[in-house]
Amino acid sequence: MDVELLSRLQFGFTAMFHYIFPPFSIGMGLLLVIFESIYLYTKNPLYEKITRFWIKIFAANFSLGVATGIVLEFEFGTNWSKYSRFVGDIFGSPLAAEGIFAFFLESGFLAILLFGWDRVKPWVHWFSTLMVALGSMMSAFWIIVANSWQQTPVAYKIVMENGYERAVITDFWAVVFNPSSMPRFLHAIFGSYIQGAFLVISVSAYYLLKKKHLEFAKKSIFISLTVAGLSSIAQPLIGHWHAEVVARYQPTKLAAFEGLFETTKGAPLTLFGWVDTENQKTYGLKIPKLLSFMVNGDANSEIKGLNAYPKDLWPNVNQVFQSYHIMVALGMLFLVLSFVSLYWYKKGTLFEKTWLMKFYVVSVVLPVIANQAGWYSAERGRQPWIVQGLLKTADGVSPSVHWGEVLTSLILFALIYSLLFFSWTYILNKEIQHGPESHDHDHDPEAGYHKNKEFMDTPIIKKV
Amino acid sequence: MDYHILWYIIIGILLMGYAVLDGFDLGVGALHLFSKGDHERRIVLNSIGPVWDGNEVWLITAGGALFAAFPEVYATAFSSFYLPFMFLLFSLIFRAVSIEFRSKEESPRWRKFWDIGFSVGSIVATILYGVAIGNVINGFPIGADKEFQGNVLTLLSPYTILTGVFNLAMFSLHGAMYLIVKTEGELQARIKKISFKLYGIFFSLYALVTIVTLIKHPTMLANFSFGKIAPLTYHPIIANHIDMISTVSWGIVFLNMLAIINIPRCLIQGKELQGLISSGCTILAVVLFFSLGLFPNMLVSSMSPDYSITIYTGASSVYTLTTMFHVAIFGMPFVLLYTGLIYWTYRGKTKLGKDSY
Repeated sequence: MDVELLSRLQFGFTAMFHYIFPPFSIGMGLLLVIFESIYLYTKNPLYEKITRFWIKIFAANFSLGVATGIVLEFEFGTNWSKYSRFVGDIFGSPLAAEGIFAFFLESGFLAILLFGWDRVKPWVHWFSTLMVALGSMMSAFWIIVANSWQQTPVAYKIVMENGYERAVITDFWAVVFNPSSMPRFLHAIFGSYIQGAFLVISVSAYYLLKKKHLEFAKKSIFISLTVAGLSSIAQPLIGHWHAEVVARYQPTKLAAFEGLFETTKGAPLTLFGWVDTENQKTYGLKIPKLLSFMVNGDANSEIKGLNAYPKDLWPNVNQVFQSYHIMVALGMLFLVLSFVSLYWYKKGTLFEKTWLMKFYVVSVVLPVIANQAGWYSAERGRQPWIVQGLLKTADGVSPSVHWGEVLTSLILFALIYSLLFFSWTYILNKEIQHGPESHDHDHDPEAGYHKNKEFMDTPIIKKV
Repeated sequence: MDYHILWYIIIGILLMGYAVLDGFDLGVGALHLFSKGDHERRIVLNSIGPVWDGNEVWLITAGGALFAAFPEVYATAFSSFYLPFMFLLFSLIFRAVSIEFRSKEESPRWRKFWDIGFSVGSIVATILYGVAIGNVINGFPIGADKEFQGNVLTLLSPYTILTGVFNLAMFSLHGAMYLIVKTEGELQARIKKISFKLYGIFFSLYALVTIVTLIKHPTMLANFSFGKIAPLTYHPIIANHIDMISTVSWGIVFLNMLAIINIPRCLIQGKELQGLISSGCTILAVVLFFSLGLFPNMLVSSMSPDYSITIYTGASSVYTLTTMFHVAIFGMPFVLLYTGLIYWTYRGKTKLGKDSY
């Protein structure tokens, strides 16, 4: 078996699984700040209930994000040693900065956010919530800086050292603000806001359908819809900015996004379709000249097609095309959905629409898919490069690692992550079923202990 | 200013911070097996509840800093230790989610499952850290291309298993000292009893590891030796200041002995915090001896001294080292502030509240 393929599968799988959680944390982090600010300002106990309930949901999600995140930091070295040697001088710095500036901030204030409600003054708790939210965004910033450098490498020189080439940084701030880091950071952040908002909307819609916690659910939905709506407006604008950068620095990726084979003046934008790579044809609904207009602001401008580049430098065109289009379509759906819903909310008819509430209950998977599809397009679209134009993915693998080792770890990741995912949804469901009411009384974590005293009193190992 | 040395020191500080802080919560994880009944187990879990996540950040930051400052070391070490590090990751994942999931469901089976996950995760991670450190002392086959030339069995030898078990004893003792600070009553009394046994095991293993290391790898003592033992790799700083460095090192050895002797005294006299500080200082000293013994190498090749990776051949460019040094210096006060903040907020004996695990 092929070590490169297995390592790519493992990195892809562990990264995608990880990326279920941080967007929830970032999105819900913002919502928690909003909820708690309203509570501090109005002193309305309903908002205390709202804040404290969503903190519980946030907690389970956060720890999975932490647990699955360390894996990625290790995998650069374990599976991609030659890549690490090549980029370490540049790529390692934002990783270290993420630890120093984001993770310490997050973990310090998280302790107060989760356990400090009755222990510190209300404003201290509010401040901690704010810091955790900021920390999660700073973490996103630094890791996206690192990833963006791989997409649009600048401010480096290639030197020969120890008998092989490596990239060496020439200007730290130029690396931090490389051409794609800001658009990609903002794109990921607003995508996270949408994902966090839809989790709140989904759970609240469930309560409305069950006719439970009505005031709680209505307030939660309104605030989250507003966040989702505003973020959905921002997304196409940032996406547009991002696409311009892609067109300039990663033309094969852009051509794959749009399934464009021939270099075309006045290139069309395909709304949806299918790419036949073998015959170099893209079928689907096309809007003439729109791609040229969107990328260059000129409807007749030229867009480079894939054929302008050797075939071995193409990504898998149809896969990238489809994932990109799924992301865009879902983005449009969020925009329409949130504004139509907000309109109905103003009219006072939103909560009567049972069909919509039912749709909302399951809708939380959609932003998850959109965020995953976006990253999938970005990473698959960069192939065969691991660092655009500088290092091929195939040249980045660890030569000393045997395929059997990677296969072992991949299988174990699959098993363990399935268990985690199952347990997480189980716990989430339990918290949701329990709802925001009466956390003080019947939700006694020692309930099981009293019922099964005999069982629990036995030590796990018998003898000390 | 030699930024290579400064970065070696920064990585050392991060590792010390990690070993001392996560050391006790891994140790608490190992001792979790001995707690009886749900209430006790929750006290044990919640004693580290607010702090374990912050403690683990030291590891993540050390990893990032190693990648940034010494990418060759990061790449060689992580790819050489492929399977051990994968199991380390699984262990760390298990203990993290076990803490979070355990008390969210009343079923005793559920709780027992995650209790065991938490304990076994902590124990395996602790042993693997020891095995990794043992391998760095031992040296392992690194080729001319800086890539690992062995397989996973190369990494498991009696010596590295010994260092693994030693680490388990050291962290467990440290965890026990922490639990004594955080608990009271019957639970505390039981942990005190266990502590004496653990202390005996730790003490014997410490002696054994020291003797075996000095017989197998006398060069680990070169930087302490007033120039009597030739080092594996020459470094002018050491060579020019060998008397001063040796004197200070032996001073630390002496202080470390005092700290070790102080542990049973604190146990008997009920000096809880002092006991914890003593076991913490012991861990600090062990990491310090290891770093000082290794310097200026970071990874020793068992194939040829030329293939060993030093703070110079393993490092990033001086520009990166300089820039990141300023970043680190700027960030350090914040790190200490946040760390201090959590420990201050959650000082005192652990009590269960409605937000507890």
